Amino acid sequence: MNSTAYWRENLRLMGILLAIWFVVSFGCGILFVEPLNQLRLGGFKLGFWFAQQGAIYLFVAEIFVYAFLMHRIDRKHGVADD
Amino acid sequence: MTVQTLTYLFVGASFALYIGIAIWSRASSTNDFYVAGGGVHPIANGMATAADWMSAASFISMAGIIAFMGYDGTVYLMGWTGGYVLLAMLLAPYLRKFGEFTVPDFIGSRYYGNGARAVAVLCLILISFTYVAGQMRGVGIVFSNFLGVEITTGVIIGMAVVFVYAVLGGMKGITYTQVAQYCVMIFAYLVPAIFISLLITDNPVPQLGLGDTVNDGSGQSVLDKLDNTLLGLGFAAYTEGAKDTIDVFAITLALMIGTAGLPHVIVRFFTVPKVSDARISAGWALLFIAVLYTTAPAVGAFARLNFIDTVHDQPYARTASWFRRWEDVGLIAWVDKNADGRVQYGPGAPYEGKAQYTGERTADGARALTNTPTANRNEVYVDRDIMVLANPEIARLPDWVIALVAAGALAAALSTAAGLLLVISTSVSHDLLKKTLARPLTDRQELLYARLSAATAIVIAGYLGINPPGFVAEVVAFAFGLAAASLFPAILMGIFDRNMNREGAIAGMLAGLVFTAAYISWFKFIDPASSNPQHWWLGISPEGIGSVGALLNFAVAYAVARLAAPPPASVAQLVEQIRIPAGVEKPHDTHHA
Repeated sequence: MNSTAYWRENLRLMGILLAIWFVVSFGCGILFVEPLNQLRLGGFKLGFWFAQQGAIYLFVAEIFVYAFLMHRIDRKHGVADD
Repeated sequence: MTVQTLTYLFVGASFALYIGIAIWSRASSTNDFYVAGGGVHPIANGMATAADWMSAASFISMAGIIAFMGYDGTVYLMGWTGGYVLLAMLLAPYLRKFGEFTVPDFIGSRYYGNGARAVAVLCLILISFTYVAGQMRGVGIVFSNFLGVEITTGVIIGMAVVFVYAVLGGMKGITYTQVAQYCVMIFAYLVPAIFISLLITDNPVPQLGLGDTVNDGSGQSVLDKLDNTLLGLGFAAYTEGAKDTIDVFAITLALMIGTAGLPHVIVRFFTVPKVSDARISAGWALLFIAVLYTTAPAVGAFARLNFIDTVHDQPYARTASWFRRWEDVGLIAWVDKNADGRVQYGPGAPYEGKAQYTGERTADGARALTNTPTANRNEVYVDRDIMVLANPEIARLPDWVIALVAAGALAAALSTAAGLLLVISTSVSHDLLKKTLARPLTDRQELLYARLSAATAIVIAGYLGINPPGFVAEVVAFAFGLAAASLFPAILMGIFDRNMNREGAIAGMLAGLVFTAAYISWFKFIDPASSNPQHWWLGISPEGIGSVGALLNFAVAYAVARLAAPPPASVAQLVEQIRIPAGVEKPHDTHHA
């Protein structure tokens, strides 16, 4: 087991997921909401949809993705808890 | 059966269920009492976390707040969900691996000493008491609105129920009652939401209905119609906010990191068996929360549209029965400024100050007011909570749905109150008595003290609920701001920076705490008249200042840490150990420090 390599992989996965987290919630939902509102998703303005629906769906998905991929990394490095 | 009989029946049955579960799952050791024996299934823990998290404010007030704030309501929707991503990736798995009972346990061990532990206990108690007072008040309000009892009586009944299952069952009892409370709460939220979605769009899924076409033949989507209607009445468009972007950003961030730093949420992840369970459990928790949080904006938009359609320009005598029923309770008021006997709705307050009733009725039959009318055209005062409370009536649903909403609102308030009371009692008996004051306690003695402090905390919370300090609504900003500015950074640095030392962490927590508390107090209590974007620092409101407080915490911690000695080798070892999932144990009591 190489704990430095394990930790680095964890930080990398986390960094990617948190970057997506930030771009979708603070980016699409707040900072760029006005330009995105020029586009539409059905009856929604797109920016508004991200802010009040889309970001929340993404949050849920991200945690499950993290839990799944992280468990694989745990196993790869022989540090899984099962 | 009348609505009131049905409500008594539903509320009574749900209370019996909670107490039954508590007796079945009562705690027999401190391990049971603090962390439910560490054996809760991740899905059950997810449900319990969702119930713990969603308070009376989420259930009753949030949809109404969004209905009136439109796009700006986003701060609550994203702010109160996005924090779970941080929790799942940055805190929960590592704290679970750490394997003790409380958040101050972690801070005390990681920052080697009682100084850090005491500061953490102080933050925890400040955060949790401000939060719990609002919950008990919520219980009282639900009782008075639905069951026609005094708020005081309502609070006392609520205290008695929480007393039974929190004191008897501890974390174990609370966990399984919260699972039941989640089911009651979500069912009670979804039934009226589905019906009101059908009523307005013919779409049974509220999340999709919000983007669907209104079924009035106009061919407009719900949000377009709402925008047009509101613009026509002189309001801002629903889908465009009034707050500055920087403030929306700051509030959302403060609520997110505040959520991740709330002790009663964090401690829920101490109850699952493994590190990987803590990660996945955060996913389940957020999934269960998202069911309500994605429904709320739909309920808000439908209710606002429906409210305007049924109220605006209607003769008072022909308004729906709910309009007059809620007028009687004081959540709606009407002044006929232009004396045309019709209700005109628009922006601005209809009259100055809080409603003062003469006790008589006007010629139209409305409750007469003595307040000075304002110059604008708006004639209606609406309490925001009405959007959820009156929803079943607005959608003309059967009486049992109204009773269900009452039971759901109580489930939301009680589950959150119980979770908060538990972390308060744990931190008093475990962190303060046993660890900080180093009293030698056997497990049975400690359990007794835990129960006594839970009982005391309930009485204090009840007192605050009956005699609210007059700023219950405002103190929510406090709880999140303080959690964001004090606990979250300290825990995060404790896990991700093995060189962070005691001096840095304590200085950071205190700086974040004092700065945030001072900023909020200034604008909320000392000089509320100046609380507007011109006077706020960088245009950041007191609700959002916790994010600045958190940055300050990090900055001070790193500055001070450079001046003091690095942490001892045992701490570096502890950090290494919590970063690895393997070798996780049942939560237990050890003395690292």
